[in-house]
Order: sequence, then structure tokens, then C-alpha cells
Amino acid sequence: MINLELPKHLQDLQTLLRQFSKDGLRPLSRKYDDLEPKELPEELGPLSELLAAGRKQRSAKNSAGENGDAPQSEVRNGTNLSTVVGASELCWGDPALFLAMPAIGLGNAAVEAVATPEQKQQWGELYAAMAITEPGCGSDSAAIRTTATLDGDEWVLNGEKIFVTDGYRCKQVVVWASLDLELGKAAIKSFLVPKGTPGMSVTRVEHKLGMRASDTAQIVFDNCRVPRANLLGDPAIAKTAEARKKAFGGVMQTFDNTRPAVAAQGIGTARAALDITEALLRERGVELAYNREYAQLSALENDLYDLETEYEAARLLVLKAAWMADNKLPNSKNASMCKAKAGRMVNTVTLKCVEICGQLGYSKTELLEKLARDSKIIDIYEGTQQIQQLIVARQVLGKPSSELK
Amino acid sequence: MSAALFDLTPTEDQQMTQDMVRRFVADVMVPQARAADEAATLPAGFLDQIFELGFSFMPVPEDLGGAGEGRSPVSNVLLMENLAAGDLSMAVAAFAPLSVINCLLDYGNRAQQERVFRVLNGSAFVPAALALHEPGVITDPRAPATTAKKAGDDYVLQGTKSMVAFGADARFIIVTAMLDDGVAAFLLDTDNDTEGLSFEPEQYMGLRSLPLFQMKLDKVSLPASARLDNDFSIDGLLQRGRIAAAALATGTCQAVLDYVVPYVNERVAFGEPISNRQAVAFMVADMATELEAMQLLNWRAAAQLEQGADCARAAYLAQRHASKYGMKIGTDGVQLFGGHGFIREHPLEMWYRNLRAVPLLGGLVLA
Repeated sequence: MINLELPKHLQDLQTLLRQFSKDGLRPLSRKYDDLEPKELPEELGPLSELLAAGRKQRSAKNSAGENGDAPQSEVRNGTNLSTVVGASELCWGDPALFLAMPAIGLGNAAVEAVATPEQKQQWGELYAAMAITEPGCGSDSAAIRTTATLDGDEWVLNGEKIFVTDGYRCKQVVVWASLDLELGKAAIKSFLVPKGTPGMSVTRVEHKLGMRASDTAQIVFDNCRVPRANLLGDPAIAKTAEARKKAFGGVMQTFDNTRPAVAAQGIGTARAALDITEALLRERGVELAYNREYAQLSALENDLYDLETEYEAARLLVLKAAWMADNKLPNSKNASMCKAKAGRMVNTVTLKCVEICGQLGYSKTELLEKLARDSKIIDIYEGTQQIQQLIVARQVLGKPSSELK
Repeated sequence: MSAALFDLTPTEDQQMTQDMVRRFVADVMVPQARAADEAATLPAGFLDQIFELGFSFMPVPEDLGGAGEGRSPVSNVLLMENLAAGDLSMAVAAFAPLSVINCLLDYGNRAQQERVFRVLNGSAFVPAALALHEPGVITDPRAPATTAKKAGDDYVLQGTKSMVAFGADARFIIVTAMLDDGVAAFLLDTDNDTEGLSFEPEQYMGLRSLPLFQMKLDKVSLPASARLDNDFSIDGLLQRGRIAAAALATGTCQAVLDYVVPYVNERVAFGEPISNRQAVAFMVADMATELEAMQLLNWRAAAQLEQGADCARAAYLAQRHASKYGMKIGTDGVQLFGGHGFIREHPLEMWYRNLRAVPLLGGLVLA
């Protein structure tokens, strides 16, 4: 039955996280944007643990994929939906602090998916960064130049990674490296490298437009040795060209679940900017009633309705992509659609809110200017706007990447 | 707080109806749409075929001669999406009487319902329409220039309406007018209330096969029983119109996208299909993305309306999105065909003309 409202268990989650965001994150927003610290903001450790504990409690109550307190049915409102709802609410609090939360370490999921119990024990508490991008490759991850060579019972890693979120603060780095540069995509594997491993060094921490509470590092691997078992997943390289293509497709498919989660950052960030803007305007007597005709609107109201429309469009695309994942429907196209829409939406919305609010919007008195700086990266990381359009286009047109490049 | 799960699966009944309607659309509507637009008239027999499909019976309670399926804005939206994918003008014509039924189910009293349903669900298609639009610029359906004045037991209506489907052929017309205490709606029966009523045909950029009329009300006297007095709300009425407009836009845009994809894959320029170029492919990607969003925005509004929740925001945003991106998809469809899109041999220019009507459609049909 068609229903696009969130069920009770997800509304409860929203309420809980909204309070957490208000009390825990908002008071820190300006401070850590100004400081742009290398180290983890001290308050974030405990806050992150609190979140992780809550998540554990919920998942113990509802094993993955179940519907919370809602009646069981064939339809699932599970982990993917709760992830996008959660990410959105926390980014409403602060997108940069959200990104800096150790509990959401971008590499955590990759490790948890394949690590053995012994490895988990050995590696300790997970706070894993993801190191994919290199100076010479961004969206084109098949062009990775970092290498991994087997020497006895160890992998030897060599190369340079940039734009590693959490790279300075994390406890482990999941690094993508090639076993054989000649074999292209299929030879790319991921490796877990604990911090302090000789040969891995953080050589630089970036200064950024936004997301300043989160650290972004450059990491160099110089004959960095890790145990053979630190290769995550299957070490074999597929034999045939076709099998190799399929193997990399499998790697890329993990993004079908992560793109909606990153798109959700855009949803929460945009909502924050809209809420601040609408509250400021309400003080000046501007109230959105959602009932007047186009010809009766002021330019300001018209803009606000436009922003609300874009916001709601992106939000529902994100929910659909997550719902499809929960219900095991192929969602590659929808995951990219929602990331494309949410990325451009959050950039447009936050910038427009600054413009609409004039002097106050541009000033550091309010958080609007910060959200407008934070938002830009959401249309870039986890696949740029253009990459998402490319994926959507290939799916809609039924074209392989060899034809639609 | 809703206990229901987030779900995008139509019910089994809705899916069965969809399958049936899609066959009808492919067999009957698509082949005739273009010629109907050129001829500026509905295809012969089309309205009778619509009547036989029985949509008008569905929401009407059994004791009022209907199928008793219940009032379902979501089902209406799915139906309108599918019909509009066949042809927008024909879809509006098909849905106009059902819109009057929906309006009476929501705001009419028992006597009005009995009177109208018996006729509209009789033995053949009987036209009926809404008269919400008024001629001119900066008109406002929430403050119509048409007035109603109480005179004894009667109301006297004075003013001009536009975009009234079927004109004098419409047996029942729902008219809005400004009364002392706000906007009121009246059920006009063209068999009885004809004194002072006159119609002139209108011509528009699109919607050409749909007969549209200007309606003049010169001291038209209506009995007190004509007023819709069951908690009538102009905002509620307009919300239902917005959802209908967005549904029709969604269907039309689906037709555009379905027509464009094979063309850009086949059309060769500089030695390869034009869809191999990002400049073309990205336009298609954005069309598909916004179409998806358009449908979701509107499904949310329709589901809220169906659940009795406040759908003001959702319906408003759905229509805004449909108006903006519907036109964008319409114009990009022509663009992707280049000069061929401008030629009347292809339906793209017709969709382009029709999609400009989306902001107005809420005055013609209700979800």
C-alpha cells in the first residue's frame, strides 16, 4: 500500500536524534568550524559512543531488516532506511561533526563485512578511514596506482593517497591498492593497515572550504608491510576479462548502499538551512502557508517554495533508494538518482538561504554561511554529480561504459 | 503518528487496474492522440469507452449505485498517470466527470450525491465539469471575481469562468463564487439552471482535443440546495486539484521519456548515436531523475489525502515540481529531437504545448 510517511520506529529515531543534535552537536558547530582541529574534538568521542550504544540497542531489539515495532509484513523498513534517516537527522545537527564521528568511520562497514572474529579481536575498536583517491585519480578509481606486492606472508604497499576522511584521527586505514597494474580494475583489492604500521605516514592534513571539524589527510605508503590476512575479501584475481569486470562491478555495488546514506547528509544539511532561514523570516512576518497561487507570491516566498520543493524531491528520492535496498530491489539507478539530486539540491538550497537572509545570512552570527560551505563537498564525494548522472544515464539508456564514457 | 510502513507498492487491485488501463492506453489512446489534437476534437466513441471502463462507479458507495470501492486519491493518481501517458487532453476529458463525483463525495450532501451519481453512472457517458478558473491575469481561485448573492431562498451568481470542459454539454458543473463569508461552491445543473447561462468555445496552446469553454453567469439563480455545504473548503478543493495536475504531468512526462530514449540511442551524428555524448545523456538522466521525484512527491500528497492527513504542503510542492520540471522535460524532449521535435510529425511539440498547462490543470480535475 502506497505510503510515504515514516513508520513509528523511524519517527521515534528521528525525535531521539533531533534532540541529540540540538543538545550535543549544535553548540559545537561554530567552535570546531573556527578551530579546524587536526585532533578529534574532545566532545565527539563520548557523543559518538552514545550513538553507537543506541544503535547497538536498537539492532539487538530488531535484527537487521525487521520493522521495529511495526507489524511484520512483506515490506521492509530496515537498516537502509534507518541509516538515511539517522544520517539526515545528525547532519541537521552538524554535517561536519557528523562526518567526524568515529562511530561512522567510512571504512568500518568494509571491515565488518569481511573480517574474521580473530581479526576483529586483533584490530581492536574500529575507527577505520577509507583511502581510495590518489593525486592522479578521483572518480576513476580503476586508475589507482598504489600497489600491493606479496612478499612471503606479507603485503608490501607503495603509493600515495589523498582526501582521506578521518585519515589523521583514525585507528585503521582501509586502502585500495592494485595487485597487478596490468590487469586493471579486477586487481584492485582493499587492505587494512593499523595506525602505527611502519611505512605508513600521514604527510599532510588539508585546510578546507567546509567540513572543517572533520580531518582530511594525505597518507603515503612506503614499503608498508601488513600481514597477508589483512587483504579484505577474496585475494584471487578473476581469470577472464568478463569475470574481472563482474568482480569490480561487485565492488562498485557496495556504493549502491552508501550513496543514499551520503545523499542523506544533503537532506539533513538542507533542512537545517531551511529551518534557520524560515525561523528568521517568520520573525519578519514571512510565513509559508502552502496555499497561494503563483501570481500572489512575493519573490522571496517563491524562492522559499522552490527550495522546499527541491528539498522534498531529494528527500523522497533518498527514501526510495533506501527502501529499495531494504526490500532487495536492484537500486543502482535510484541510488545514483538520489545522490545526484540531493547533491545539487543541498548546494543550491544552502547557498540560496545565505542569499535570502542577506547580511545575516552571510555573517558568521548564523550557521547559514557554514552550511553553505559544508554543503559543496556533498555534491562531490561518494561520486560527483557528473558521475551520478553518468550512472543514471547508462541505466536509463541501456548503455555500457564503453559507449557512454 | 502513522504505524504504517514506508511503502511504494500499489495494492493488488491497483496493479490489476493499472494493467488494464495500460492496455487501453496503448490500444486506444496512443494511436488516436495525435489526430485528435490536429482535429481539435475527441476521437469518436472515446468517452463511451471510458464509461465502459467504469472508473466513475468505483468510489461511489453501493447504496448510491456504485461499486463501493471507497474514495481513493492514490488510485485516482495512478489512473491519471496512466491515462495521461496516453494523452493529456483525453485524460482530462475522461476524468472530468469523476472529478465532479470526487468533489461531491468530499463536499456534497446526500441529496446532491444521489442526484448526480444516478445520472453520471447511468447507462452512458454524461459529461460533467469543474468551473474554477476565471479569465485574465493574476486571477485567484481563493478569491474569485465571480460572486454569489443570497436572494430569498436562492443564490444569484454573477461572473465569468474559463476552461470549463464540455461547456453546455456538461450536465453538471461545479462553480466557485465569492459569498459574504468566503468562497462557496455550487452544483449547477445545465438541464434546469439555464437562465442567464451562456458558453463560448475557447482555444488554447494545447489541450486541443479537449472541448473548453468560457462560461458566463449573468444573474444565474440557483436554489439553496445547489450549495455544497458539507464542510466545503476551497483550500481542500485546490489541494485535490494540485494532486490531479501533478499526476497528469507525471504521465505525460513518462510518455516523453519513453519516446526520447530509443530516438537518442538510434539517431547518429558524427559517427555514433547521440546518446553516447554526455551532453545528451545527462539531459536524459535528469529527465528520468526529476520524473521519479515528481511521482514520489505526488504519491506522498495523495497518500496523505487518502489517510485524512493534512496534505497542504505535499500537494503544493507536488504541483510546483510538476509545473517546473514537467515543462523542463517537455522542452528538453523537443530539444533532443532537434528540428524533428519541432515538426508535427512527432508528438513532442504536442507534449510541449500540453505540459505548459500543468499549473492550470488543478482547476479542471480533482484527485
